[in-house]
Amino acid sequence: MRPARLGIEVWLGGLSVLMLLAVWQGIAMVLDSRFLPSPVVVAGHILFLTQKAHLLPDFGVTLARAACGFAIAMVLGTAAGIALGRSRLVDRLFLNWVVVGMNLPAIVIAILCYIWLGLTDTALVLAVVLNKTPLVITQIRQGVLSFDPAYDEFAAAYRLSRRDRFWNIQVPQLVPYLLTAGRTGLSLVWKIVLVFEVIGSDSGVGFRVSLFFQFFDLKGILAYTTVFVCIVMALEHLFIGPLERRLLAWRADRG
Amino acid sequence: MARGPGIELGIDLLRFGTRVLFQDFRLQVAPGETLALIGPSGVGKSTLIRILAGVERGFDGQALIDGQPAALAPRPGLVFQDARLLPWATCAENLALVSPEASPATIAEAMAAVGLVGVEEDWPRQLSGGMQRRLGLARALLVNPQLLLLDEPFVSLDRAVVRELQALVVGLVARSRATAVLVSHDPGDAARLAHRVVLLAGRPVRIVADLALDGAPEQRSRDMVLALESRIETSMLEAVP
Repeated sequence: MRPARLGIEVWLGGLSVLMLLAVWQGIAMVLDSRFLPSPVVVAGHILFLTQKAHLLPDFGVTLARAACGFAIAMVLGTAAGIALGRSRLVDRLFLNWVVVGMNLPAIVIAILCYIWLGLTDTALVLAVVLNKTPLVITQIRQGVLSFDPAYDEFAAAYRLSRRDRFWNIQVPQLVPYLLTAGRTGLSLVWKIVLVFEVIGSDSGVGFRVSLFFQFFDLKGILAYTTVFVCIVMALEHLFIGPLERRLLAWRADRG
Repeated sequence: MARGPGIELGIDLLRFGTRVLFQDFRLQVAPGETLALIGPSGVGKSTLIRILAGVERGFDGQALIDGQPAALAPRPGLVFQDARLLPWATCAENLALVSPEASPATIAEAMAAVGLVGVEEDWPRQLSGGMQRRLGLARALLVNPQLLLLDEPFVSLDRAVVRELQALVVGLVARSRATAVLVSHDPGDAARLAHRVVLLAGRPVRIVADLALDGAPEQRSRDMVLALESRIETSMLEAVP
């Protein structure tokens, strides 16, 4: 992206956040502050929770669980997706498993994992992996099925090695699908980790938010939510977005 | 420099589904010869190129390049109809992929030989259609091929670019003494580039005319090219009513 265009996008992004905060502030001024604390009050509470309470450890635990589940699901899902996309036999044998996995309610998987493995981090991460992997498999399988055979023909004619075919022909065609799987996966993993923490964990953001809920502590809920949103936005703008721009720079719509 | 390989192609049967495309089809190309395969669209010319490149193997018969099955023969330089550049690789990377041992200077030299200068780090989409074809040609030549396969390399390019690329190919083939097979539906391409022209038609495909053209392509005058073009066209009209 050209620096001038990047600058405009940064400004527009900043303006969008300011507008959101202004709307929040406006609504908070109209409503009773017990129902919707203002952004300023929530910011102060974030500071308090960071210094005096468990905000940082809670986020540390949740981030570690999400990162673990996400990484395992991406690796397993990518390998399985490639296998399903490349082999008709594997596809016929296991596609129904993927369909079942995609349609099992997340909460059922979490409860089963907790019953089988106890209320442990392993159970939570396994539940995340079981929920996320089928989605990755579906996206990667679709990517493999959409490989352009013209490039295989080019690779065969020029006698490219298997390694070169994988890294220079197949992986680049998979990258957009990997990025989509990564992006949708992250948003899904965040949500399910929090839900699973609510139902079966004694630490993490989900657990803490459920405590706030029991005490009707809206300030606490909004403080955690705001930090959560900030982390997600930071990941998007500092990591995923630049990575996507770099990996897809060759496309006319990204260059 | 050694001459390119001889080719012996014998297809007993090649089907696409229930359609018989080739049956008892025989074709020889002499070492160092440039053969033009001319025929209507869809006749099977590109299939022949794919067989010679060792990519198409689903047929009864054999394609021998200097006595070796095509798939085991040294890799040819193949210029595709659509350039077939990898859009996610820069121009230089597209070349480096087929010749990993080539230094950046060698790659720049190969690109300069086809008139591409200063675009090494550009994406293929940033090049015009003609420039992409040049890059495809540079890629084919970078492997120092003894067999050059050209699948409609000039189709849908404007006349000036075609003439320039034709001159380039004629010069490069003459210097390398490679064997070349050109597929086209344009008699003008054959008249400018080939030593010999084979006209294809029918289903199953058969050779309807086999013409040896006078003079070496690199030495043909404009009038000679026009006369040959006219001769090929006449043969086409006679052979395919």
